[in-house]
Amino acid sequence: MTGTTDQQPPDDVAATVRSMRDALHLALDHALASDPDVLLIGEDLADPGGGISQVTKGLSTTHGTDRVRDTPISEAAIVGAAIGAAMSGLRPVAEVMIMDFISIALDQLVNHAAKARFMSGGRLSVPMTVRTAVFGGIGSGATHSQTLEAWLAHIPGLKVVVPSTPADAKGLLTSCIFDDDPCVFIENVALYGSTGPVPDGDHRVPLGTADIKRRGSDVSIVTYGRTVRDALTAAADVADDGVDVEVVDLRTLVPFDADAVLESAARTRRVIVAHHATRFAGFGAEVASVVNEELFGQLEAPVRRIGALFAPIGSAATLEAAVMPSAGTIADAVRAIVEH
Amino acid sequence: MYELMVLIRACDDRIRRGLSGGEFACTYWPATGQEAIAAAMGAVLRSDDQLVTTYRGLHDQLAKGVPLGPLVAEILTRSTGVNGGKGGGMHISHPPSGLVLSTGIVGSGVPIAVGVGLAARLRGTDQVAVASFGDGATGTGSFHEAVNLAALWRLPVVFVCQNNRYAELTPTAEAQPVARVSERAAAYGIAGVTLDGNDPDLVHHALTTAVDRARAGDGPTLLECMTFRLWGHYFGDAMRYMPEGELDAARLAEPVGRYRNTLIVGGVLDEEAAVTLEQQAHDRVDSAFADALPAEPPEGTGALVDVYRDPAGAPR
Repeated sequence: MTGTTDQQPPDDVAATVRSMRDALHLALDHALASDPDVLLIGEDLADPGGGISQVTKGLSTTHGTDRVRDTPISEAAIVGAAIGAAMSGLRPVAEVMIMDFISIALDQLVNHAAKARFMSGGRLSVPMTVRTAVFGGIGSGATHSQTLEAWLAHIPGLKVVVPSTPADAKGLLTSCIFDDDPCVFIENVALYGSTGPVPDGDHRVPLGTADIKRRGSDVSIVTYGRTVRDALTAAADVADDGVDVEVVDLRTLVPFDADAVLESAARTRRVIVAHHATRFAGFGAEVASVVNEELFGQLEAPVRRIGALFAPIGSAATLEAAVMPSAGTIADAVRAIVEH
Repeated sequence: MYELMVLIRACDDRIRRGLSGGEFACTYWPATGQEAIAAAMGAVLRSDDQLVTTYRGLHDQLAKGVPLGPLVAEILTRSTGVNGGKGGGMHISHPPSGLVLSTGIVGSGVPIAVGVGLAARLRGTDQVAVASFGDGATGTGSFHEAVNLAALWRLPVVFVCQNNRYAELTPTAEAQPVARVSERAAAYGIAGVTLDGNDPDLVHHALTTAVDRARAGDGPTLLECMTFRLWGHYFGDAMRYMPEGELDAARLAEPVGRYRNTLIVGGVLDEEAAVTLEQQAHDRVDSAFADALPAEPPEGTGALVDVYRDPAGAPR
C-alpha cells in the first residue's frame, strides 16, 4: 500500500489546469456519470444553490434531483440515510457542509458506519463517502472553523482523507467514492480557489499513499491539507538560508503511510509535523510518536509539532492568527530544528 | 403468528433461565411481552422487505427470519453465530433474511432505515423498509430528522414504535409532552396510528395498511403499538421504578396467552394443537442452545478482521 507518487501527473496523461473546486466537481460528475449507484445527499447542493461553495453546481441539473438530493438541515439523518443506502449497495456521497457540523452526525459515523462491517462479521459494507469542509482561516468563528480529523482518525473502521492539491482532490475523492469502506473526505474552503494541473478522465490516487510535494535533504515537514501550502511557502523561505526542506503530504491519515514518513525522516533526520488542527492530542502526535519509536537514536533533534494553540478560534483576524500556525511559524520551527 | 409468538417466548425464557442459573453469561434485553408486534411483522413483511431493529430485537429478528440456531449462537457470542460472534446480541445483522441490522444506540437505526428505503426507491424495487424502535427513541433528534426526511421524500418506510411504556427506567409519560407517540406524525404530515400492540390481528391489519401505502409510493406511516416490557430494561432489572400493580396488570394483558385463548375460543386452534406448537417451539429452542453452547468463541485473531475490507495499511 505504500510508495509515493510525484506531485505532477505523468507526462503521458493529459492534464488541465483547474481549481480545486472544479477538480472536486469533475470527480463527482464523473462518478455520477459512470456508476448509477452513486448519489449525492446534503444541504443546498442541488441547483440553483449548487452547494455553499459551488462544488456541486450543475450536478442536479445534469444527473437529476433523484440522485443529487437536497436535504433539510439534518446531519444525523443525512449521514444515517447514506449509511442505509450504502448497506443496500449504493455508493452515496453525503455532504456535511462545514466540518464543525460533523459533531451532529458522529453517532452515525462512529457507532454505525465505522463498525458495521466488523459487528456483522463481514456481512455488511458501508461504501459511503462523507465530504466535509474546514472553514477555518476566514473569520468564521469558533463553531465554524475547527479542524477535527483527529476525532475521526481515532475510530477503527473509518478512512480519513485530506487533499492539498486539485489533482489529489480529484484522485482521492474518486478513490473514496469507489472504496468499499466509509471514508471521510476533508476539504478546506481556503483551498477551493487554488489551481494546479488535474489529469483528465478517470484519475484515482490510491488511499494510503503519501506524496513528496517537495524534495529536500535537511528537514522533513510531514503535513496534509491546507497546511501543505504553508509548508511549501516556509520551505521556499528557508531555502534562502540554505536549508533544504522536504515536504511530505500524507494525503490520507487512515490508512497511514508510515513507510513514506519513515523513509523521509531517515534521510533528513529532522522531522516537523504540522497541521492546522489543535496541536494537543492532534494527529501530529501520532506521527511524531511513530517516528520516535522507529528512528530513536537516528534523529538529529526531537520531532517538533506545529498546530493550533489550545483555545477556541476567535472570529477576529487577530485572534485567529494568534492561535493558528502559519508559513512563518513553520519556517521558524525549521530554523530552530536545524540549529538544535 | 401464534407459532412465531411461542417461539419468541420460548427463546426469551430460555435465555433468561440460562442467565439466572449461571449456565452462561451475556448481555440481554428481554423481549417478552412484545411478541405480537413482531409476529405481525413476520406475517406482513415480504422476505425481501428490510427491517432495522434495536438491541431489544430477539422478537423482531426471529420474525424476519433470522435462523434460530445462528441467532442464539450470536447472542452467546459464539463463533457459529450469525455474525461470527463479533456483534453479540445487541448487534444482530442478517441481510439474507432482510434483517439489515440491530442498533445499540437508541434512535440511531431510524435514519439508517430511511436510507434503506431511499435505496429501494432509487433502485425501483417495491421493497419496504421498516424501522422498529421503542418509545425512548422518539425523544432523539435522529428519530425526528429521519421521519421528517422520509416524509419529505415520501419514501417507502414504516416506522413501528413498540411503546413498552418505559424508556430505560423512565415512564413514557414523563418523557414526552404529548399523550401519544403517534401524535408526532402530524408534524410530518404522515399518518399516525396508536393501537393495541398486544393484539397481533390488530397489528397485522394496521401494518398491512402501512406497508401497502409505502409500497404504493404514498409515503411513510408512524405506527405506535402499545405493549409492555415484562422483564424490564435489561436482564436482572428489579423494576423497582414501577408503581405497585402495574406489572401485575401488564402480565394479565400479555399477548401470548391472550392470543392462544382468542384462537381457541375462535375455533382456529384446539388445545392439543396449541400444546404441540408450544412443545415444538421449546424443542427447537432447546436444540439451538444444545448446538450453540459447546461452540467456541471467536478466535482472538479475528479481532483485527473485518475492520476494513482490505486490511492493508490499517493502523495497528
